[in-house]
Amino acid sequence: MTPRIFSPLVLLLVVAFLIGPFFIIVAASLSGGETLAFPPQGFSLKWVVKVFTVESFRESFAVSMFLAIGGTAMALVLGIPASYALSRYKLPFGETIRTIVSLPIIVPGIIVGLALLRYIVVPFGFNITLALFLAHTALVLPYAVRVVSASLNNLRSDIEEAAVLLGSSRAGAFFRVVMPNIRSGILAAFILGFVTSFNQVPVSLFLSGPGVRTLPIDMLSYMEITYDPSVAALSALLAFMSIGIVFLAERFLGFSRYV
Amino acid sequence: MSDASFLSLEKLTLAYGDTVAVKDLDLSIRKGELVAFLGPSGCGKTTTMRSIAGLLTPASGRISLDGVDITRVSANKRSVGLVFQSYALFPHLSVFENVAFGLRLKKMPVSDIETRVTAGLKSVGLSKFATRKPAELSGGQQQRVALARSMVMEPKVLLLDEPLSNLDARLRLEMRTELQRVQKETGVTMIFVTHDQGEALSLADRIVVMLNGAIEQIGTPEDIYNRPVSRFVADFVGFENIFAVEGGKLKAANGPIALSESLPPDTAGLAWRPRMVTLGSGPFQGTVRGASFSGSTREYLLDTPLGAIKAEEDAGLAAHQPGTELSFDLPVAKAARLERFG
Ligand SMILES: Nc1ncnc2c1ncn2[C@@H]1O[C@H](COP(=O)(O)OP(=O)(O)OP(=O)(O)O)[C@@H](O)[C@H]1O
Ligand SMILES: [Mg+2]
Repeated sequence: MTPRIFSPLVLLLVVAFLIGPFFIIVAASLSGGETLAFPPQGFSLKWVVKVFTVESFRESFAVSMFLAIGGTAMALVLGIPASYALSRYKLPFGETIRTIVSLPIIVPGIIVGLALLRYIVVPFGFNITLALFLAHTALVLPYAVRVVSASLNNLRSDIEEAAVLLGSSRAGAFFRVVMPNIRSGILAAFILGFVTSFNQVPVSLFLSGPGVRTLPIDMLSYMEITYDPSVAALSALLAFMSIGIVFLAERFLGFSRYV
Repeated sequence: MSDASFLSLEKLTLAYGDTVAVKDLDLSIRKGELVAFLGPSGCGKTTTMRSIAGLLTPASGRISLDGVDITRVSANKRSVGLVFQSYALFPHLSVFENVAFGLRLKKMPVSDIETRVTAGLKSVGLSKFATRKPAELSGGQQQRVALARSMVMEPKVLLLDEPLSNLDARLRLEMRTELQRVQKETGVTMIFVTHDQGEALSLADRIVVMLNGAIEQIGTPEDIYNRPVSRFVADFVGFENIFAVEGGKLKAANGPIALSESLPPDTAGLAWRPRMVTLGSGPFQGTVRGASFSGSTREYLLDTPLGAIKAEEDAGLAAHQPGTELSFDLPVAKAARLERFG
């Protein structure tokens, strides 16, 4: 085989491998049968409808939404000033701090989850919801710092001095000329954080307790008991939600610049 | 406060951490004066400006403006405008909003802001561009927005850091005239930084020549051009034949040379421009090593016992061929007398 045919073929296989499961899930969720299977047996929308009627899905969806929105917002509240300090001031150990902030990307979630459970939640008797919230904040923080730092580094710092010389305070300059210019970076960080948090399994696995579960964990335990296609339907719906968000972000912000 | 010291810097020392960038600088500027800071890269021009603007706190010394000690006054309360070399326009705001920025912070009535901004944009010829974003303007236009943005604030002092360096030759000339016009019209006290001696000579009322964080010479363009007081300034403004003087004698390559005229005792050196050197007669001998023709003049490089000498003659005179022996003179009466030869 010549490379001319070979490389497009490899590309095709890679693409098929990446989006194949997605099509399988979508197909399986439209099945008319009673168990999760591929190829689907018949066609029906009943599993898609059923998703909305499962009480625990509704509850865990709310938990996941709260964590994804609240945790990401908290990560930005901490991450924006941190990024600002890292990019504008020559901090002692600045690089070390940056590396430490990035650690949750590198350390496997299983370990983070176990450590949080074993050394923080259990010994200090932490409330599960609070523990999940803090864990998701910590997980999203590195993404927030990265993406916001990238926008800050593209922004000249002399505009802040210009604002000050025109009568603004230092803090005023931050809100008047820095924030508006990194707005799309912040939105990009929010979306990335939201998706990361929403799809997060390993850390949540350790921290989910009675009555408080994130949606992916709830789906896992649902499948252990009931092996019907509604999980596939829910997965497909979530995938469409993520795709929709990323599509809008790309369309309006040029999201791919930041990630 | 006397009129002569509207803005004054006293024993100003500026440092970045342990590195001293400017040392013991003294300078007084009159109200309405147009002053140029001239000097090589790294001599402390930007640093000095930033301290006047309040962006850099002096390690020691005092800055006063309009009779008030502003050394510790924060940058946003000084009434000092600064036009950055990079313009530093706000990318997310239109040209109009860029210019209106400071006025809005002053909580000025909206109609007054409108009037002032419109007038400001008109004076820099950008009325038509009010709704554009900075990214949609050329470098020269951005620069003019930055100028208008500072000007509408009616600062007591306007500082411009290399305002013309990013422009092409034609626009540079245009902006030079523009700056001079704005300054004369508004009477604002203005300091601008430049690397370019031509720019400093043609624009400024007074030139401050800086070197290594200190002032080498302050004077009118004529002073600086005709009467440099140090070897550095002489060299900077085109005196190419520079000799130290010791005990009233010229220190040449072949030993001390007695001079025909006696010099004031504080003379540390003498300097001649190429065209001050007399060729064809005089007490010294040299060999023509090179010649170059530049339209109206010819320039010669002579090998002499004193060292290399550069001379210049009208192109109308007969050319001297390389290799010829020539007598020449360095007339003391024409020379610039240097007080410092460091
Ligand atoms: N942020 C800084 N930190 C440390 N040293 C600095 C800093 N900024 C400038 N310096 C040093 O201070 C000295 C003066 O710098 P300055 O920027 O004032 O020079 P300049 O005359 O404006 O030069 P140029 O013509 O190149 O702009 C230089 O030796 C420079 O290396
Ligand atoms: Mg400079």
